[in-house]
Amino acid sequence: MTLPTPSAAASLEVTDEIGSIPDSSSNPKGSESRSPGRLAWKRFKRDRTGVISAYIVIFFFAISICAPLIAKLYGKNPYEQYGQEKDGLLNDFAFPVKPNGGIDSNFWFGIEPQLGRDVFTFLLYGIRTSLMIATAATLLTTVVGVVIGITAGYLGGRTDYFVGRVIDILLSFPSTLFFIAFMPVVYGLFIPFSDEVPTWLRATSLILVLSAFGWASIARLLRGQVLGLREREFVEAAKVTGASSRRIVFKELLPNLWTPILIQSTLMLPAYVTAEAGLAFLGVGIKDPTPDWGVMIQRGAGFYADDITFMIFPGVSMVIFVLAFNLLGDSVRDALDPKSKR
Amino acid sequence: MFRFLVRRIIGALVILLIISAVTFMLYYAIPRDPARMACGKVCTKDLLEQVRQNLGISDPLPVQYWHWLEGIFAGRDYGGLGNCNAPCLGFSFTNREPVLGTIMDRLPTTISLALGAAFFFLIIGVGTGMIAAVKQGKAADKIASSFSLIGSSLQIYFVGYIAMFLMVQQLGIMDQPSYTPFTDNPVAWASGLLLPWLTLSIIFTANYTRMTRSQLVEQLSEDYVRTARAKGLSRRSVFFRFAWRGAMGPIVTIFGIDMGTLIGGAIITESVFSIQGIGRLALTAVDANDLPMLLGVTLVAAAAIVFFNIIVDAVYALIDPRIRLA
Repeated sequence: MTLPTPSAAASLEVTDEIGSIPDSSSNPKGSESRSPGRLAWKRFKRDRTGVISAYIVIFFFAISICAPLIAKLYGKNPYEQYGQEKDGLLNDFAFPVKPNGGIDSNFWFGIEPQLGRDVFTFLLYGIRTSLMIATAATLLTTVVGVVIGITAGYLGGRTDYFVGRVIDILLSFPSTLFFIAFMPVVYGLFIPFSDEVPTWLRATSLILVLSAFGWASIARLLRGQVLGLREREFVEAAKVTGASSRRIVFKELLPNLWTPILIQSTLMLPAYVTAEAGLAFLGVGIKDPTPDWGVMIQRGAGFYADDITFMIFPGVSMVIFVLAFNLLGDSVRDALDPKSKR
Repeated sequence: MFRFLVRRIIGALVILLIISAVTFMLYYAIPRDPARMACGKVCTKDLLEQVRQNLGISDPLPVQYWHWLEGIFAGRDYGGLGNCNAPCLGFSFTNREPVLGTIMDRLPTTISLALGAAFFFLIIGVGTGMIAAVKQGKAADKIASSFSLIGSSLQIYFVGYIAMFLMVQQLGIMDQPSYTPFTDNPVAWASGLLLPWLTLSIIFTANYTRMTRSQLVEQLSEDYVRTARAKGLSRRSVFFRFAWRGAMGPIVTIFGIDMGTLIGGAIITESVFSIQGIGRLALTAVDANDLPMLLGVTLVAAAAIVFFNIIVDAVYALIDPRIRLA
């Protein structure tokens, strides 16, 4: 085994990842942090589907962040029961008087049957809740998965075996069943059983439960990657030059793992959005009157046969969001990792 | 093969043991009185005391879990609730019915739902994928790929209601989803489940189309395919006897995973279509804090997932002799 100098090791790291770009080894730090990213960005910008879906995704995040502002300009809020307060909006059976769910210039997306809330603001705030929970869960899952995966792969031996078995078990858990079974358990950790569960706790528990079952797949993937990287020369070199484990993990291994981490988390977020909505639909996640994508679908399910319009808005917007995010995920993968073609 | 199966089955049993233990422990981790819940709404002091006795609530948790396990293999006497022969999963807290009996009642519904849906999504998904691979780059390929992309972004809790609204309410060409046992009336069985089958297959098909297409495209560009063509074999026989065989492995894998999840309880699907299967059973058990029922359903669901994994690995080895079972 030869002893490469640290700078040679660093340049090896870059060429391994990118394949064939000529890098300036005189300044490995600069090229390391910029040019692979810039190359990927260039590839991404050329991908028209990817750019359009990125705009759609940004649009969804923007309206969810600006929801209070938009609601203020629009002059309504998601909690007030307009149909109950004003006459002429809901008929005797508590359904909107006007056709198509009561859509008019005043209520852009119509009025909710029975309670008579404004669909537009309810959807806006619902997207906000769902995206906040899904984003938080994605971040937490990624961090936990990355830490455990890298640790297991790097340490190897008994730790690796133990983590591997835990992952095996987690992946054989029937996940939806466990989500619904353990939401009450997590509530119980914070407040006495049979108390009313506040919304912040519901959201926190959702994030915790989703992450508790989600980290396994990303950890397994990274463990495999680290197992391969661990034996490579640049890691050997770092070890020989006396680098600490911490340095090796953060400075040598992690830069090589950003690609799979980024790809996995862009695929994870839409999955969490649908999972969160699914739980709300089943009545174990966020609950009415808190606006939420899944809550809207659950409400809509109650009167789908009489007023399908109410369900169309949350349903279609979710399909558009998930589709755009999936396409974005594919484009991000193609841009970062051009070798992998589906 | 035999050694492989024995080893995998032992591994599966260990996983099931751990999953049931985790469920058991976590569920008792919250401070609440299971006896009070088991006792039901009309509960006198004497009755509560008796329930406590029957359930062995005063024992430490591991001992309680041990009794539960013992029940599966040796049966268990529940005192006032009655005797329960092995394999015994206990009695439901809510209606005092034996857990295993209730699960067995519901299982045919869930299996019918899963098998019927699988029939449709396999045929449609693999078929579309094959067409897309053969017509690579042409209009048919693009249409198939776009449809599979949209399909994979759809959610059963949205599409299911839209399908019911259109097919049942508006057009009236399909029956309101319901379950009739196959042995009672095969026609009613199929027509009652047709809508859930088709809706599920819209969502599941996408994955199979994508997978079949990409696998076949890869296989068709392999050297052995070219050699076989050069030897003068017809396109058809090269396609089915060579390329398709090589492409099947990953499709079998995802099929196994999907079947495991579907039989383990398509909770959302069963809720959307109001079909009383395992998934609905789990949901009501959670709502009612019915621990024995929940434990039973979890065990069955996890068993479905684990055993389908074993079957997949075995089938994989049968299809592809390069893979050795070790």
